[in-house]
Amino acid sequence: MTGSAAAVDRRATAIEHRIATEGLTKVYPGGLRAVDGLDLRVRGGEIFGLLGPNGAGKTTTIGMLTTRVVPTGGVALVDGIDVSADPVAVKRRIGVVPQTNTLDRSLSVRENLLFHCRYFGMSGSQARARADELLGRFRLAERGDAKVETLSGGMAQRLMVARALAHAPAVLFLDEPTTGLDPQSRLALWELLGELHAEGQTILLTTHAMDEADRLCERVAIMDAGRILALGSPSELKRSLEAETIVTMQADGDLEVLAAALGDVPGVTSTDVHDGAVRAFAGRVAGLLPRLVLRAERAGTTVTDVSVTEPTLETVFIALTGKDLRE
Amino acid sequence: MSRRPVEAPRATALAAFAGLLLRDLRVVTNERGRFLLRTLSQPLLLVFVFTYVFPKIGQGFRAPAGDESFTTVLVPGVIAIAVLIKGIQAVALPLVQEFGYTSEIEDRVMAPLPVWAVAVEKIVAGAVQGLIAALLVFPIAAVVPAEPAALQISWPALVVVGLLAPFAASALGLALGTMVEPNQVPLMFSVVILPITFLGATYYPWARLDAIPWLQAVTLLNPLVYMAEGYRMALTPQIGHMPGVAIYAALVAFPVGMGVLGVRGFRRRVLS
Ligand SMILES: Nc1ncnc2c1ncn2[C@@H]1O[C@H](COP(=O)(O)OP(=O)(O)OP(=O)(O)O)[C@@H](O)[C@H]1O
Ligand SMILES: [Mg+2]
Repeated sequence: MTGSAAAVDRRATAIEHRIATEGLTKVYPGGLRAVDGLDLRVRGGEIFGLLGPNGAGKTTTIGMLTTRVVPTGGVALVDGIDVSADPVAVKRRIGVVPQTNTLDRSLSVRENLLFHCRYFGMSGSQARARADELLGRFRLAERGDAKVETLSGGMAQRLMVARALAHAPAVLFLDEPTTGLDPQSRLALWELLGELHAEGQTILLTTHAMDEADRLCERVAIMDAGRILALGSPSELKRSLEAETIVTMQADGDLEVLAAALGDVPGVTSTDVHDGAVRAFAGRVAGLLPRLVLRAERAGTTVTDVSVTEPTLETVFIALTGKDLRE
Repeated sequence: MSRRPVEAPRATALAAFAGLLLRDLRVVTNERGRFLLRTLSQPLLLVFVFTYVFPKIGQGFRAPAGDESFTTVLVPGVIAIAVLIKGIQAVALPLVQEFGYTSEIEDRVMAPLPVWAVAVEKIVAGAVQGLIAALLVFPIAAVVPAEPAALQISWPALVVVGLLAPFAASALGLALGTMVEPNQVPLMFSVVILPITFLGATYYPWARLDAIPWLQAVTLLNPLVYMAEGYRMALTPQIGHMPGVAIYAALVAFPVGMGVLGVRGFRRRVLS
């Protein structure tokens, strides 16, 4: 490739990737390597998840990408801008929902949005219009004049998201956005993030909940001890490993006999009877399902229902690290 | 909602600075009752006890220069104390909270301006409140004392000192706010604020300390001395005061020095 072609290619890469890091590293004073040589590319419009246990370095990574943590090595570009070289330009282009509640407790709900808009250069009337629009969209209109301390956890989180989006950032960062939320608020936030994603918002979020990463993210980086262990779409990650598929079979007849029979099918590692059904644990084998059904009929039982449970990100994480994601 | 409804062409550092300043002043107006109480209580009590109660019960302080009332000596000192305390109240205490418990400051730092400018904004917002605190002492001084203060206002000096002194106080507030942990606040009052206010040449002109030379020398380190002497120079020059050059030099050097210390501390606290 010629020099100029390389330059064009690099620019195209920067445009295509809202976030790009290379060897991004943070060694805290005292020597702890919280993030160790991170290579990350997040495309425009993508919803990307950093999945990892406590202390994996998720917050530190977000901190570096949002200019709060000074990297000790490597580079990080956000919307094509180097976070170390021009942090102010980066701050103009990002919205941040941190792990802790950072709402302005001295201001009302509406004022939180209003002044945020002023920080980002809107005039008084622009800010008022934008604040009202956001209050409506995020179902906070009735609480506009309330003090932020009086908001429920779910409402406070919605307000934090509304605030982070107020200036139409190129990238939205959310650090463990659903930790500590009740199940209903959690679902509501998932739905909201799904809508934002559908509108084309680039989103990077962290989580230690596998179901969240699985359900929400197009691509996931599994992190542990400051490093990325695996990166891909949730289904790619699950396919990449010899994680177990669970086939659950309901049938008329002797289930114990059925379990023993299914155990003979090539690819099946073990079987048991559980909750009025037979479970067969298997590796990835082509044509497994028809063979299981055939074997069941031959064993003299009538299959009434079959369901297949794919491996989860949790099994992927355990396979990668040998430890459980939930402490 | 369109994805990018507002391109923010004016998302400049200056606009962000102005927005932060507006926010801090909105907090003052939202909490105006509390602001007034906190600002007025100490000056009111000082003036009431020393210039109303004492003369009424015949227990008095005398002014150093002949027939001037003690009120005349005290008023510039009370203004200086009010401004200094405002620097602590408006800058140091909220910052201690924000660094210690709430992490609100993390969001303020996400505004599109350099981190040092966020710290400088705190100084400016504190100085504006210090100016308001200074102005609020005048009605107290006009109404409360049994013997009035004889003000001989020098306007140029008043404008300069009136603007510089609040910066000294709020720069001190920023430096303390970034150094002190929440559980050290009572200690800060005992070992920093109380000595500063009691030994700040507020109840006497600094020159009168020539009777106690070591104290006169030591208190040169106290910023409140220059603030009080500055207000004296501007309001009651007949009482006598430090040379103007010394006052001005100190009222420029102190905010700059404390400001540098405060901005460094601020960066250290919000960046890691
Ligand atoms: N300011 C700091 N100084 C020193 N060490 C730090 C600092 N912040 C974080 N660490 C350490 O760096 C490591 C990574 O922390 P980080 O907060 O990035 O993890 P995380 O993945 O966000 O964890 P969690 O799920 O608990 O939020 C941890 O061991 C943590 O103790
Ligand atoms: Mg974290």
